[in-house]
Amino acid sequence: MNNVIERKLALSHMSVAFTAFILACFLGEYQVFERSGLIESLGSPTVYFASVSTHGVLMAYVLTTFFIMGFGYYTAATSLETPVWKPELAWTGFGLSLFGVLLAALPLLSGKASVLYTFYPPVQAHHFFYLGATLLIVGSWVWCAIMVVMFYQWKKANPEQPVPLAMFATTANALLWLWTSAGVALEAVFLLIPWSLGWTDTVDPGLARTLFAWTLHPIVYFWLIPAYTAYYVFVPKQAGSYLFSDEVARAAIIVLVVFSLPIGFHHLYMDPEQAKGWKILHGIGTFIVTLPTFVTGFTVIASLEIAGRLRGGKGMFGWIGSLPWNNTMVLAVILSLLMLIFGGFGGIVNASYAMNAMVHNTAWVPGHFHLIFAGTSVIMYFAIAYYLWPILSKKPLFSNNLALLQLWTWFIGMTILTTPWHVLGLLGQPRRISSVVYNNLLTLSWKPYELAMIAGGLIMLSSACLFVYLLYKTQFAKSEETYAAEVEYAEPLHAVKSLPEYLNDFKLWNKVIAIYMAVSFGIPILQFFFLDTFDSSAWSY
Amino acid sequence: MHIDPLESKWIQTALGICGLFVGLILIDAFFHNIHTPSNVETIDSASLHLSEEFAEDNLGVHRDENGNIIVRMVAGRYSFFPKEISVPAETKLTFRWVSIDVLHGVHIPMTNMSTMVVPGFVAELETTFPKPGDYPVLCNEYCGLGHDHMWSKINVVERDQWHATQQPSSGAIDNE
Ligand SMILES: [Cu+2]
Repeated sequence: MNNVIERKLALSHMSVAFTAFILACFLGEYQVFERSGLIESLGSPTVYFASVSTHGVLMAYVLTTFFIMGFGYYTAATSLETPVWKPELAWTGFGLSLFGVLLAALPLLSGKASVLYTFYPPVQAHHFFYLGATLLIVGSWVWCAIMVVMFYQWKKANPEQPVPLAMFATTANALLWLWTSAGVALEAVFLLIPWSLGWTDTVDPGLARTLFAWTLHPIVYFWLIPAYTAYYVFVPKQAGSYLFSDEVARAAIIVLVVFSLPIGFHHLYMDPEQAKGWKILHGIGTFIVTLPTFVTGFTVIASLEIAGRLRGGKGMFGWIGSLPWNNTMVLAVILSLLMLIFGGFGGIVNASYAMNAMVHNTAWVPGHFHLIFAGTSVIMYFAIAYYLWPILSKKPLFSNNLALLQLWTWFIGMTILTTPWHVLGLLGQPRRISSVVYNNLLTLSWKPYELAMIAGGLIMLSSACLFVYLLYKTQFAKSEETYAAEVEYAEPLHAVKSLPEYLNDFKLWNKVIAIYMAVSFGIPILQFFFLDTFDSSAWSY
Repeated sequence: MHIDPLESKWIQTALGICGLFVGLILIDAFFHNIHTPSNVETIDSASLHLSEEFAEDNLGVHRDENGNIIVRMVAGRYSFFPKEISVPAETKLTFRWVSIDVLHGVHIPMTNMSTMVVPGFVAELETTFPKPGDYPVLCNEYCGLGHDHMWSKINVVERDQWHATQQPSSGAIDNE
C-alpha cells in the first residue's frame, strides 16, 4: 500500500503536534524555575501566567488534537485498507485547526489571554483567544466526521464482519470527542465569544464552569484512547505475541466512552453552584470509569506475559526479563503502565468525594495529571511516533538506542518532577501561584521540593529535545536506503469470528450516552435558568 | 464471544474494588454526613456591601442564637476579609464565603477547610480544627496577576481560651 496522501496527512498533523510539544516543554521548565524563586530576575507574574496559559493550551489542545487526528487518519486508512474519505475535507479540517491555533497564539503570546487553559470567567481574555480555540475544535470535528463516515462505509461493505479493533477504538474516540467538546463549544459560542466581543455585558460563572466541567474530564480520555489503542494493537505484535482478548478490549473501550462522559462534576466537588446529590452521582461514575483501565492493564500485561514466555521466560516473573526491552514500543508500554499505576492512585484520591478537600487545587493535582498525561499518554505518543515516523517518511529511524535513552530519561525525569509535586500538594501548596510570597513557616518546608522539580524538569526537557532531534534526523536523513516496512496490527489470541452488534457498533451506546448525559447534566444546567442567578461583569487580569 | 476465566475473575476483582470505594464514600456521606460545599445559594456579588449578611460590620466570627459559630468571609482581589481571625479549636465552625469580583479558591493547608468561591454564590461549609496554631489562608485559584499575594491568617486557639478571650470584647458577637 502506497497511501501517499495518508502519509502526508499524518506527517503534517504530527509535525504541528510535536512543534507545539517542544515549545511547551521549554515553557514548563521556565515555570518550575520561576516558582522556585531560585533566579530572582525571572520573577514576573505577567510572564508566568502568560506562560502557564500557553503551556496548557499547547500541550492539552494542540499537541493532543493534532496528534490524534494524524494518528487517526493513518490508522483508519491502514486498518480498513481503504483511502481516507475525501482528503480535501481532511486538509480543510487541518487548515481550520491550524488557523485557530495561530489566532489564539496572538493574544496568548502578547499576554492578552492569561486566563489559563481552563478560561475562568469572569476574568476575560481577548476574543481572538476564544475564537481561535473554537476554530481548533471545529477543525477537529471534521476529523470526527471523516472517521465516522469511514467506519460506516466499511461496515456497509463488510456486513457481519468485526470492524478492525484499531478502527473501532479510533471511531470510539471520534464519537467521544464529539460528545465531549460539545460542552466547551456551548460555553464558547453562547457565553464567552459574545461576551468578549462586547455583545453581552455579563457572564454567568456558575453556568460557564458547569459547561466546562462537561468537557473537562472526558477530554482526558480523548487524549488517552490513542495510548490505549497502541497498547492493544501495536504492543502485542511488537513484543512478539498476541492480543490477549479482542472482545474484552472492545468492551473496555465502550465502557470508557460511556462512563467518562457524565462524570465531569468531580472537577466541581469544591464548587458551591452544584448540589451534593449530583456530585455523589458523578463521583460514583468516576469510580466506574476506573474499570476499563483495570481491564486494559490486565489485557496488556497478559499479552506481554505470553510474549515473555514465547521468548523463553520461565517462572512467576521470569517472563518480564525476557521481554524485548530494546523495542521502543515495549519499553514505552512498561514505563507508561508504571506511571499509570501511580497517576491512577492519585486520581482515586482526587475522585474521593470529600477527601478531595485536602488536595483540591493544590500542587497534588498537576502532579497527578502530569503523570497521567505527560507520563502515560505522551510516552505512548513518543512510541507511536518512533514506530510510524520511519513508515511515514520511508526512512529508517535515526537511532534506536537514542530512542530508548529518550524514553528512559522521560520516565526518570517525570518521576523526579511529580513526586515532589505530590508532596507539595500534601503540604498545602496551591497549584497556580507564580512564586511563594506567603510569610509563613509552613512555606519554608516547600523549598527543597521546588529545587528537585527543577532537576526533574531539566531531565524531561533534554529528553523532549532528544525526541524532536530524532524525528528531525529521521525525516531529513540523506540516506539512500528506503524503509519499506508497513504498519502491523496485533492478532488476537482467539480469532474473532463474529461479534454481537453492541460490540461492533456505537448506535446503541450513543443512545445510552444521550440518556445518561441528560440525567447527569440536564437539571444541573437548567437550574441556571430557573434559579435567581446573578451574572458577573468582565474583569481584566 | 470469548472471555478467559482468569480475565473474568479479574473483572470481578476490579468491580469489587470499585464497590468498596463507592461504599466507603456513601457510608461517609449518609451516615457521617461528610459532604462537599454544596448549598447552591445565590447572591449578587456586585452589591454584597449592601446585603445584610455580608455588610462590613457582620464579617468575621459570630455566634448565632443557637450558639453555633459562623464565620463570614469575603474574597476579593487580592485579599480575604477580615484579614485576620481567631477561632476555637475542636469546635464545629460554619464558614460562609463570598466573592466580590472573580473566581477564587480558599484553602487552609493541612485541613479540609477548602472551597471554591464563585461570584454569584455563597460557599458554605462546616469544619473543625483539631489543633491550635497559626494557619495561613491561601487563595488557590488563579484570580489575576496579584494572585500570589492573596492570603491571610487564621489563629486557632484552645477551646477554653477562645471563650475567655472572646467574651469580654463580645461587642462584635451578635446575640440578636
Ligand atoms: Cu484569589
